[in-house]
Amino acid sequence: MDFFQNLDPAVQFFIFSAVKIGVVFGVTMSFVAYSVLVERKVSAWIQDRVGPNRTSPPIAQFIPILGPFLTRLGIFQPMADGLKFLLKEDFTPNYVRLAYFWLAPAIAVIPAFLTLAVIPFGSTLGNPDNKMVIADLDVGILYTFGIVSLGVYGIVLAGYAANSKYPFLGGIRSTAQMISYEIAMGMSVVSVFLLVGDLNLSKVIEYQAHGGWLVFKQPLAFFIFLVAAFAETNRLPFDLPESESELVGGYHTEYSSMKFALFFLGEYANMIASSAMMVTLFFGGWTLPFLGEPASGLLGGLLHIGIFVAKMAAFMILFIWVRWMFPRFRYDQLMDLGWRRFIPLALANILVTALVVAFVNR
Amino acid sequence: MSTKVVERKPLSAWERSYIPSFLGGLGVTWNHFKRTAPFLGNKPITMEYPEQKWVVPEGYRGAPYLVKDQEGATKCVSCQLCEFVCPPKAIRITPPGENGQPADRANAEKMPREFEINMLRCIFCGLCQEVCPEEAIFLQKDYSLTGTSREEMVYNKEKLLKLGGTHAGIQKWKHKLEEAEAQESFPVATEPQKHSH
Repeated sequence: MDFFQNLDPAVQFFIFSAVKIGVVFGVTMSFVAYSVLVERKVSAWIQDRVGPNRTSPPIAQFIPILGPFLTRLGIFQPMADGLKFLLKEDFTPNYVRLAYFWLAPAIAVIPAFLTLAVIPFGSTLGNPDNKMVIADLDVGILYTFGIVSLGVYGIVLAGYAANSKYPFLGGIRSTAQMISYEIAMGMSVVSVFLLVGDLNLSKVIEYQAHGGWLVFKQPLAFFIFLVAAFAETNRLPFDLPESESELVGGYHTEYSSMKFALFFLGEYANMIASSAMMVTLFFGGWTLPFLGEPASGLLGGLLHIGIFVAKMAAFMILFIWVRWMFPRFRYDQLMDLGWRRFIPLALANILVTALVVAFVNR
Repeated sequence: MSTKVVERKPLSAWERSYIPSFLGGLGVTWNHFKRTAPFLGNKPITMEYPEQKWVVPEGYRGAPYLVKDQEGATKCVSCQLCEFVCPPKAIRITPPGENGQPADRANAEKMPREFEINMLRCIFCGLCQEVCPEEAIFLQKDYSLTGTSREEMVYNKEKLLKLGGTHAGIQKWKHKLEEAEAQESFPVATEPQKHSH
């Protein structure tokens, strides 16, 4: 360690950040892979089915009890899925707008990963300066909203580039959906920051560690944020850009192989980012009511990361579960909900919070 | 003419909030989840096919096979009615010819030298069973026939007889033989001899 301690602080920071980025990226990717599996399994169980239970590498059958058990759970399924995406033919239809066609999947997937950069996924690890957040930005939430809004360009571009009516309709729907829900989402968060008084997400968690989780103080804001998050990530009941039953596959109809996989990846990475955002803003991030102080040792740090991941996983399960509770909203119902219910509600919430902060909490 | 007016109540504000439908959906999905998920109910509806198979009901019309009588003799007399009636032309019968092999039971004139059913063509319609005057071919309970080549899917006489098993019934030609033998003795017995099945 002496060698490391003697390095320039800037170099140390660089190395730490690189390691954190690598780990967060790797963990998110495997989280994506296995949330697909969880989605398939939970969906199957809700529909009285079994779900993936056959895929296994040839080695698995030689492991006595564990091998068949894991196969039954479908643990090896994501590997087969990933391999399939890599090996499938990457088909480009005629008459697509090629540059945009190639660009769209990348634009869809990158913002989802970029938002993860500002999320504090743990307190500290090892020494107190080693904060478990990739970029401790003071404008944290503004950055998130700026980046998340970019994600919709991937979908719109895919719809435009495919030169086909179904993706085009999907793209249009996505735009309208984004406009109506992004506003409500942003407004719901304003009331949170009125209470906290800081845009830095680490400060938000610090506030919750002492003052209780914000979901109890701002239930309405949480509710609006939650619904808007479903709309943002194109999950049922708001999967209008995709809607298999009417638009074939929506914006990704014309995509195959790895390009399709990138859209898929983007959707799940977006779900993870939204879950992480909700945990950070409303459910105390890595804290528990009796575990609020930044960890001093390695073990405590890992425990905090574990708490964060567990809370995030709970939200992922909620995302999956809700899929089977609601049928898809009609287009006008979606607009109605966004513009005529949530935006006024969010505005009223801001007003009430502002009054309370001004006259009671001064 | 009376008209029944169906009352259509407008949704209340509570119902329009989507919360009751959310709670209802939660209930339904949870009940199914808890019944199906392992470690909870573990009772999925899915039947995992190659390992578990459904019980084939009596009278099921699966693949047609040739049957033998209770004494192990081929019932088919090579009349070729099934070959003619078969809509997809899946059956091909090679008759024994003028001096061919005689039937393996007494009094029957002939039996097919070869009897082939192309299971890739067969549509399991059952016309062969219906038309057969000898009750020699029956649709049986097999529904999943597989093979690795087209040749393998053409079932020959030996295979069809083996798969078909025996079908006990009135042995028409044995009966005829007994009658003929009774004619030889004089005076003719008024009661026909009791023949065994």
